[in-house]
Formats: sequence, structure tokens, C-alpha cells
Amino acid sequence: MSALNLIDGSEASLRRFLQTLPGVDQIGAQERAAMLGTRSIKTTSKKWAIDRAISMIDLTTLEGADTAGKVRSLCSKALRPDPQDATVPHVGAVCVYSDMVGIARNHLDSIGGQDIPVAAVATAFPSGRASRKVKLQDSRDAISLGASEIDMVIDRGAFLSGQLGEVFDEIRAIKEICGDKVHLKVILETGELVTLDNVRKASYLAMLAGADFIKTSTGKVTPAATAPVVLVMLEAVRDFFEISQIRIGVKPAGGIRSTKDAIKQLVLANEIAGPHWLTPELFRIGASALLNDLLMQRMKLSTGRYSSVNYVTVD
Amino acid sequence: MGNFEYAPAPESKAIADIKKDYGLFINGRFVASNSKKHFETINPANEEVLAKISLADEVDIDKAVKAARSAYVKVWSRMSGRERAKYLFRIARLLQERAREFAVVETLDNGKPIRETRDTDIPLSAAHFFYHAGWADKLEFAGFGARPKAHGVVAQIIPWNFPLLMLAWKIAPALATGNTVVLKPAETTPLTALLFAEVCQQADLPVGVVNLITGDGGTGAALVKHRDIDKVAFTGSTEVGKLIARSVADSNTPATLELGGKGANIVFEDAPLDQAVEGIINGIFFNQGHVCCAGSRLLLQENIYDEFLGKLQKRMSKIRLGDPLDKNTDIGAINSAAQLSKIHELSSSGQAEGADIWSAPCQIPSKGFWFAPTIFTGVTQAHRIAREEIFGPVLSVLTFRTPQEAIEKANNTPFGLSAGVWTDKGSRILWAGNHLKAGVIWANTFNKFDPASPFGGYKESGWGREGGRHGLGAYLKGAK
Repeated sequence: MSALNLIDGSEASLRRFLQTLPGVDQIGAQERAAMLGTRSIKTTSKKWAIDRAISMIDLTTLEGADTAGKVRSLCSKALRPDPQDATVPHVGAVCVYSDMVGIARNHLDSIGGQDIPVAAVATAFPSGRASRKVKLQDSRDAISLGASEIDMVIDRGAFLSGQLGEVFDEIRAIKEICGDKVHLKVILETGELVTLDNVRKASYLAMLAGADFIKTSTGKVTPAATAPVVLVMLEAVRDFFEISQIRIGVKPAGGIRSTKDAIKQLVLANEIAGPHWLTPELFRIGASALLNDLLMQRMKLSTGRYSSVNYVTVD
Repeated sequence: MGNFEYAPAPESKAIADIKKDYGLFINGRFVASNSKKHFETINPANEEVLAKISLADEVDIDKAVKAARSAYVKVWSRMSGRERAKYLFRIARLLQERAREFAVVETLDNGKPIRETRDTDIPLSAAHFFYHAGWADKLEFAGFGARPKAHGVVAQIIPWNFPLLMLAWKIAPALATGNTVVLKPAETTPLTALLFAEVCQQADLPVGVVNLITGDGGTGAALVKHRDIDKVAFTGSTEVGKLIARSVADSNTPATLELGGKGANIVFEDAPLDQAVEGIINGIFFNQGHVCCAGSRLLLQENIYDEFLGKLQKRMSKIRLGDPLDKNTDIGAINSAAQLSKIHELSSSGQAEGADIWSAPCQIPSKGFWFAPTIFTGVTQAHRIAREEIFGPVLSVLTFRTPQEAIEKANNTPFGLSAGVWTDKGSRILWAGNHLKAGVIWANTFNKFDPASPFGGYKESGWGREGGRHGLGAYLKGAK
């Protein structure tokens, strides 16, 4: 705990702490991530990884065109990803805008999906450009409608202009609203932070402020969950556990569309943070199209044949 | 919950067509050796015999040198650089086309993981031929005079740690500059060289330009003593390098020697620690530590010692040791029983001299030659394991207090092949680069190779440079 005692929430203490973090060499991080990308996951381990990846998906719809019908159909898919195969696990959570939380919660409850949490993106997602008051209210609304997970965005403008205290306070304020029952995922939007040094600093800032999860991206900015970014975040949670004995989760989101991509994420988690992280409690994948690819690969493993896209459901 | 165990993912052996026995490749054909003697090459991962290899004697060597001389006089020395380049390009493309086959054979014969042969050895070998093909018709612009001349017949002896890659380092510049070649691969790893003979045939390389003779140390000694050799190029141990230096001194034959090393990998307090850990791992455990430029000494700034060592040990615990053909294997088999006993001997000396040993918790297979990734802490300059080349997966950890002390310790060795510097401070990298006495210095990375970059050592690490423009000079008369 020694390092953590240095933080009193003041700008100066945060700056001091973040400056003690070792730098990240971008080339080295890219190389390590690329090397782990060559891991060959076959047969039994592939089967295990596909089911585990399904159970870690935050099945997401975040469109201006979202409707009650769209959200209900997503919830049905979340509970029974493959209607013909009951051995397929349900996904980790459903992730929607805060005004859709009630619809999602009610529908999940009515079809037997009480175990599936509803996550809401909040705090003026995706840009985070609104007053603190609006952001807090956005989060309160989502929770009151039944969200048990809040995916907040950090104020990247504040971070990039050096107002670390501002970012820290805001995360704390949202965490206070969340309390112990609601899980807080903090979206760093790494595509806008650009450097891996920034990714590491923002990861620590979020963890120190009380995040339960750190999440790469909104999915609205590219690049999103690149392997080097996820690698640096996994190193951060691993090292944070060393100093605090607290395990923080990681959620790569954005651009993960294929089974291969998803398995690479699991390999990263396994070899960087460790096997402890390979549960939906500590690792989630934010995705929508990914689920169907996982299902198709799962069918291929059991039947030996590739099915057409018409053998999986559109949501 | 279960664990994420990686199921075996072996590369198929089916692609490798290894013959039961091999002759010598002289004058474009496989011929039986004069002695009719053979030796066996085995797979060090399971001790199974892979093939019977011919043992060349002085009569065979003479035949090979004569073939090379004749090819030099009649064909290769008369051919324009542009024409020579065509053959080199062809060889490079054939290596790429047959990359998987070469990778599998190299892994079987050497014991190194398929990930390394597939991603490093074979692509780099092809790259060396491509790079030197480009030079063949531009030698007059390389800075060695208007009409640089080849030596003639070159004798080349290569080691077992990167069999095909070392062959490429030797043959590509020799051919590009207009020399013909008699090359002896290492006793324990002749197979990819013999496969390369097929590539020469496929490429229609004029007969006698490349001759490959297999054998043991005696064969190599006889080759460098042959009177009609115009140049010698050797990569291997400092011990044998010294014998060759003595041998060529009699005849005043020019020689390049690429020998041993005891590279220092220096980690400063402001280093990017996670990447530095990777660099240390790569520096000493790449190719089971069978790397002449391995970063076998870790020089660690004392104020980050505990943190860094902890990270290093955790990372080492994740190294996957096992079947070299498995695509997920990180560290394969030690190349031979002899090398394994040398590693054991030096490792025991480290313990006897009071250093603390720690090995990664790997399951060692029951057959074959294996050594778990190991570090020694509490090592000082006075330990044998800090001075002698172990040539295995064994890292000696030393500490320093100031940058000056780091340089002093790094240079305090009879070798001078490689060094690594890990720091976020650009000015310190340049400063260290100016003061380290090593042929290659890597900054915030390690074991990076490129055909365009010269490679070679100071002091007992050798004579001359290979690769790049500098390397060309070694194969041209009058150039240094």
C-alpha cells in the first residue's frame, strides 16, 4: 500500500505518483504484443477460449437509431446466443445507452436473463463533453433504471491539458454514485490519448480513483483496442495488484470482430496479467459483430464444417 | 473455471523430406566421400537419428577446392555482376518458397523452436541473399576502388547455432563479390546446408560455385590448411578461432573471424522496465542462449534491483519450454549433449563460487538435451560465469551504481561483440554508445539483425565485419 498512501487526490500528488511510473517503449510493446499474436490456439484450447470469450462479451448497441425493439432483440441474443444450442453460455452483459437501460433490464428479466447485468454508457458518452452535473445525472438515471454497470468516459481534454485532478475527481464522483453495488468501468479512449505512456498514466489514474474496470475505447474512435494498448493496460492492472492487492478488470472494446482477434485478447490477458483475469468478472470484450463469428467458429469445431451466415442470428 | 491451457499445436513434419544418408555436394552433385565414413545427425529434442552424413577427408576437400577453383576461373570470375545477381535473387526467392520446409528441417536438426526458424532464421537468410544480390552489380560504387576484385576460392566454416542463417551470411556476400565457395556446416547441424545444395541445383547455379563438405573439427582444420584457398571466413568459438588464426598466419591468407561474446545488457533506473524485461529475456533466452552476441550479463542499476528482478522472474516463469516443433514453444532443446555438459559445468562453477541460482519452473522432457532458463544473482566480475561464454540459457546478474561503473564493468571482458542499453534518456544512449567497446550496441532493444547492418566484434570476439557495406570488403582484394 506504500505507493498508494502518497495519493491524497491533489493534482500535485497525482502528478508525483504518475511520474514514478516507468516509461513504455512503443516499439518494444508492439513487438511483445505481436509475438503473443503468434500463439497458436487449436482444438481443445480453442473450444475453451471460444466459450470463455462468449461469456466475456459485453454485447453492445450504441446507435442513434436504437429502439426498444432493437434492444429487446439484443437481449434475447445475449441470453441465448445460439437458439439451437443450449450449451452456449450467455454473454457477460448487455451494453446500451442510459435511456435504454429500463427496456433492457425488463426484457432480460422477463425471458429468464436475471443473471445478465445491464451496462450503461454514461457521462455524455462518447465525447464526455458536458458539465459535471449532466454527467452525474446521466449516471444516476442509468442506475435508477436498473444498470448494474456504468461505462463512463474520462475527460480526455482535461487529461491532455494536464488537469489530472479534474479527471481523478470526476471518476471519484461517478464511483460515489455507483457505490459498492454498481461496477464502474472507466473508458480511457486510448485512440485520443495516442501514446502508450498516456495509456499507462490514464490507467493508473482510473484505478487510483476507484475504477473496477479500465476500458480501452468507446468504439467511436479508431484506433481502438489495439494489442499494444491492451498489453499496457494489462501490465497496469497486474502491477496495481502488486501494490494494492486489488484486482482491476480490463475491457478491450472496439474493432474486435473475429474469433482470432478475441482469442488474441485472451492470450494477452493470460500471459500478461495472468490466468486470474480470465473470468467475466475481470475481463470483458466490448463487441457486437464478434459474437456471430464466435458462434460460427464454435459450429465449425463441433461439425467440422463452416456454416453460412444464415445459421447464426442477426440481432 | 479451468485454465487456458494451450493444446499442442505442432508444425507438421511431413513437409520435410530428409533422406537417409547424404553425400558431399561437390561440383554441383552429391558424391560419396573418399573415406566412405559417416556420422549421424540427431534431433536434440528426442535423440532420434535424422540422417547419416558423409565425413569429408583431405581428398574430398581437395576435390571441392579444385571444383571451386575451376568454377571461379572458367565461369564465375568472368560473369558480370548483373548476371551473378540473377542467381542470388533466384536463391533468395527459392528460400522464401521453401521457407516452411527449411524451418521444419532446421528445427529438427538444431532443436530451436519453430517460431524462431519460421520468423527469424529463414526470413533473414532469404533477406541476406536479396540484399547481396543488390550489391553484385554495384561493387564499383561500394567504396573499394573502381574495379574491386574477388579473392577467388573462399573456405567458410559455420557454427550450429543458426545453421542456414550463418550459411547465408557467408555465401551471399562471397557470391555477390564474385568468389566461389567451399563451405563446411557444423557437425551437429548439416541438414539445412544440404537442403541448400538442392536450392543451388534448382537455381541452376553454375556447378562448383558452391561446394558443401560435411565433417567434424578435423575436416574444418584440413579445409583452412588447404593451399589453394584465397580467404577464410569462420564463425564459431574463440578457441577454434585462435587455431584458425594460427593456421592462416603461416600462409598469410586473409581471414574474418566471428567468435564468442559475453554481452552486457545494461538497465538504467529510468528504463522502460516492462520492455527491458522483454529485452533481457530475448537477449539471453532467444535460441536457448546459443547466440554469440547474447546479452549474457545483466548489469542492473542497484536502486531498481528488487523490482526488476521480481518482474524478470515472473516473466521467466511464463517461458514455454518443450517440443521445438510446437508453434507455442518459446525455448527448445540444447543442441548437443556436449553443449549441455558445458552449460552444466559452468553452471556448477557459478554455484561453487557462491552465486545464487534460480531456474524457471519448467517441465523438462525425459528425452533429449534440455536446460531450464536460469539466472544467477550475486554475481561479481570475479566469477567464471561473468567472464566465460556459457552459450546456453543462463544469465548472470550484476549490479552497478553509476553510469560510469556500468560502462567499466561492461567493457571489463576479453570479448566485445554486443551490448544493450536500456534507458529513456536519449543522451545517455549516445554517451554509452561512445564508451562501450562492442561491435554491436542495441538501444532499448536486443538481438536485432539486418543484412544492411555490419556485425562483428572487438578483442577476442573476432576480426572483421559481416553484413552491410563493411562486410563486402572482407570478400574483396585489398579492401579492409
